Amino acid sequence: MQFGIFTVGDVTPDPTTGRTPTEHERIRATVEIAKKAEEVGLDVFATGEHHNPPFVPSAPTTTLAYIAAQTSTLLLSTATTLITTTDPVRIAEDYATLQHLSDGRVDLMMGRGNTGPVYPWFGKDIRDGIPLAIESYHLLHRLWREDVVSWEGRFRTPLQGFTATPRPLDGVPPFVWHGSIRSPEIAEQAAYYGDGFFANHIFWPPSHTAEMVGLYRRRFEHYGHGSADQAIVGLGGQVFMRRNSQDAVNEFRPYFDNAPVYGHGPSLEDFTSQTPLTVGSPQQVIERTLGFREYVGDYQRQLFLMDHAGLPLRTVLEQLDLLGEEVVPVLRRETAARRPAHVPDDPPTHASLVAATRRGEVTPRRAHEGAA
Amino acid sequence: MTRQRAVAVVTAGLSLPSSTRLLGDQLAAATVRTLRRHGEEVRVEVVELRDLAHAVTDHLLTGFASGPLAEAIGTVRDADALIAVTPIFSASYSGLFKTFVDLLEEGTLEGKPVLVAATAGTARHSLALEFALRPLFAHLRAAVVPTAVFAASEDFGTGGASALSTRVDRAARELADAVHERVASGPVDPFASPTPFAELLDGAG
Repeated sequence: MQFGIFTVGDVTPDPTTGRTPTEHERIRATVEIAKKAEEVGLDVFATGEHHNPPFVPSAPTTTLAYIAAQTSTLLLSTATTLITTTDPVRIAEDYATLQHLSDGRVDLMMGRGNTGPVYPWFGKDIRDGIPLAIESYHLLHRLWREDVVSWEGRFRTPLQGFTATPRPLDGVPPFVWHGSIRSPEIAEQAAYYGDGFFANHIFWPPSHTAEMVGLYRRRFEHYGHGSADQAIVGLGGQVFMRRNSQDAVNEFRPYFDNAPVYGHGPSLEDFTSQTPLTVGSPQQVIERTLGFREYVGDYQRQLFLMDHAGLPLRTVLEQLDLLGEEVVPVLRRETAARRPAHVPDDPPTHASLVAATRRGEVTPRRAHEGAA
Repeated sequence: MTRQRAVAVVTAGLSLPSSTRLLGDQLAAATVRTLRRHGEEVRVEVVELRDLAHAVTDHLLTGFASGPLAEAIGTVRDADALIAVTPIFSASYSGLFKTFVDLLEEGTLEGKPVLVAATAGTARHSLALEFALRPLFAHLRAAVVPTAVFAASEDFGTGGASALSTRVDRAARELADAVHERVASGPVDPFASPTPFAELLDGAG
């Protein structure tokens, strides 16, 4: 099972000091956090994508390539890549380039984005969110698998005899996840392609996540990619830890109370009981996280949100120490012990996809349209 | 085959006891009487928004409904008919009432028989039912019955031909008839019946 972190990239004032980091500080902190993730033994770093303040990650592949150059094992990913408002041709080019630069340490997660004005800023209409996600990904899927593509759709200029360069590393496209909080169409889409499904998980009750993942698993089996329990599932999580759980609650409370998204709403206690947020000791985080499989089944990737709501960099790095040293080793051991042998332990990686291609299990690319 | 019908009452009164709740109860009782005359089995489920006020506000901020609020939303969604009763504040439905309605998923009330009712201190506010509540439920594509019931404080002590009970009975009869004539069909559950990918792709391309 893979463990890692995902970041929203928000520039939020620290509510305990009132100080807001500069964009420069936030971007440098993001790099420090990613490097720390590798140092403490985590597998994945994923960045969000936003095109409005107070967020900095508008150019994910620039940041991920910079991190790739300073790490050696960390897998670079996204949470999420805006498939609705980003030209699929640019996604094909950017992430294939990142594959080459990182020697295959890349996968990515498609998402729609829920900031209304971003759609018109990029010439799109939010009411087309689902059709955009469906059409644009269908094109992206072909651009990575067919050397020459002719294509016409509703939302983008037609392509005649177009080749996206560079071609994917070793002819194998990056593994793709589809993320959605509440749209069954996206679970259906992920299942159709046999791609991964990632449930944000952190802002909604577990019953909701169970419903989305359950649909994805049933449809994954329906489309013939394997049994439902072999579908590739990722989950978000959100934790704040101190060795003494009351210290964690006291320290995190002002950040929770003022957090973007849910701040000034329910109490920390209500929110931790209603959602997967865990504020307490490393042992509490271990127990809560091990409970996730009870409602989504055995899954392949767990990402934690660690660096939002104005938490200072030093605190985030301390949190990553606790996560990497005390939590994840236990989770690795315990999840491996619980997983049946026929359920994949990890999501597909570049190495596993190359090996599967060589064994003829997947057909990664076609030289010409229509050719098998 | 007869199936038990469910009538949901959403009441936004804030005082205890509340005349808004009292009106809701009278409308529910009259609706039940008529439905039973039609040979229907029926149960009434009351949603008191006052008890959910904090949860309603939390939903605005978090985007999800916690326990009892989720149940209340489910009660409205699954009901065969809705009796919606609000106090009139500043010439319209109360903020709490509107916020609860705002939290209902799109399509929840589509085609559902709805009786709108309101209370206020004086009858001068009675047209709020026609210029505020009726358009709101029309927007949500609910089937609002023709008679809307308004009760001013004085109505609770006035008899005769224009008595509140006469209006209650007429509105309840309209609601009960609408329920009796309707073959219930709730919103499609997208998790039980997802749109197949081929259709999604056709829609996109």
